[in-house]
Amino acid sequence: MTPAEVVFTLLGIVTLGSAVLAVTTRQIVHAALWLVVALGGLAGCYLVLTAELVAVVQLLIYLGAVVVLLLFAVMVTRAPIGPVDDLDTGNRPAALAVAFATGGLLVALLVDAFGRAYVDLSAAERGSAEAVGAAVFRTWVLPFEVVSVLLLAALVGAIVLSRRDVGTPDRR
Amino acid sequence: MLYPLVLAALLFAVGLYGVLLRRNAVLVLMSVELMLNAVNLLLVAFDVQLRDTLHTGQTLTLFVIVVAAAEVGLALAIVLQVFRLRSTVAVDDLDLLREPDTAPRPSWSGHGPGEVGSARGEVGPACGEVGSAPLGEPERAP
Repeated sequence: MTPAEVVFTLLGIVTLGSAVLAVTTRQIVHAALWLVVALGGLAGCYLVLTAELVAVVQLLIYLGAVVVLLLFAVMVTRAPIGPVDDLDTGNRPAALAVAFATGGLLVALLVDAFGRAYVDLSAAERGSAEAVGAAVFRTWVLPFEVVSVLLLAALVGAIVLSRRDVGTPDRR
Repeated sequence: MLYPLVLAALLFAVGLYGVLLRRNAVLVLMSVELMLNAVNLLLVAFDVQLRDTLHTGQTLTLFVIVVAAAEVGLALAIVLQVFRLRSTVAVDDLDLLREPDTAPRPSWSGHGPGEVGSARGEVGPACGEVGSAPLGEPERAP
């Protein structure tokens, strides 16, 4: 194993472990905090894969915005602090079966399809932020603008959904 | 090169488990985020593996992150509205679209189980009369 693979394996173990804790913990706020660890570990994985721009964006948007939004939602919905017993539905066996089947199927498929492919990560292209920025603003500039319009529409939609004085009077 | 693919597959499975298991809508959203991140990792891994000169994978990952942020914003607005209406965010209590012939359950606060059951019982015959009346009219008309 090359050093990059060792680092990636350790980061993967941290990410997977905190993801499992995030979906199995009995405290809502702890789930959000374990999600922070999982997403930060994924940012480290992106760094090992030489995708530095994606890693920085992951840190900024996911850890900076999405998790804060989720914590706001936990606060607004008056989630109880401390262990809660009724966080899970009764379909734990079905969920376990579906998750194991999906995970096993995906791992088997990916290993079978790409098991012999090999990329020397130490010889990969370095400093890809410049190349990705050029690709975003040259080749993919139209989808970039469409995504910005989509973000604006989602913002307006969230405001319309949250305000009580928008809509017909009888719906208030 | 196999490590990112295996990690992405396992992360997707963990997120799927959370989506199926969790009862709180905010926790379901967190699990959806895990699934989205698994797909992002797969995109970045294939971008690096294939040495894409257009960097399609990383660009698409950035777009997916933006779309995920928009999705979380909208979903949290919906969760907030549901909490205002029902004062709960448990996803298995939001069963207003259930089949009416199942056993009535206590759903949200403010309505008793009997009230909900009687309201569901009235819906069935009313819909049947409305549906049968326009069908019979054209035969009588000539």
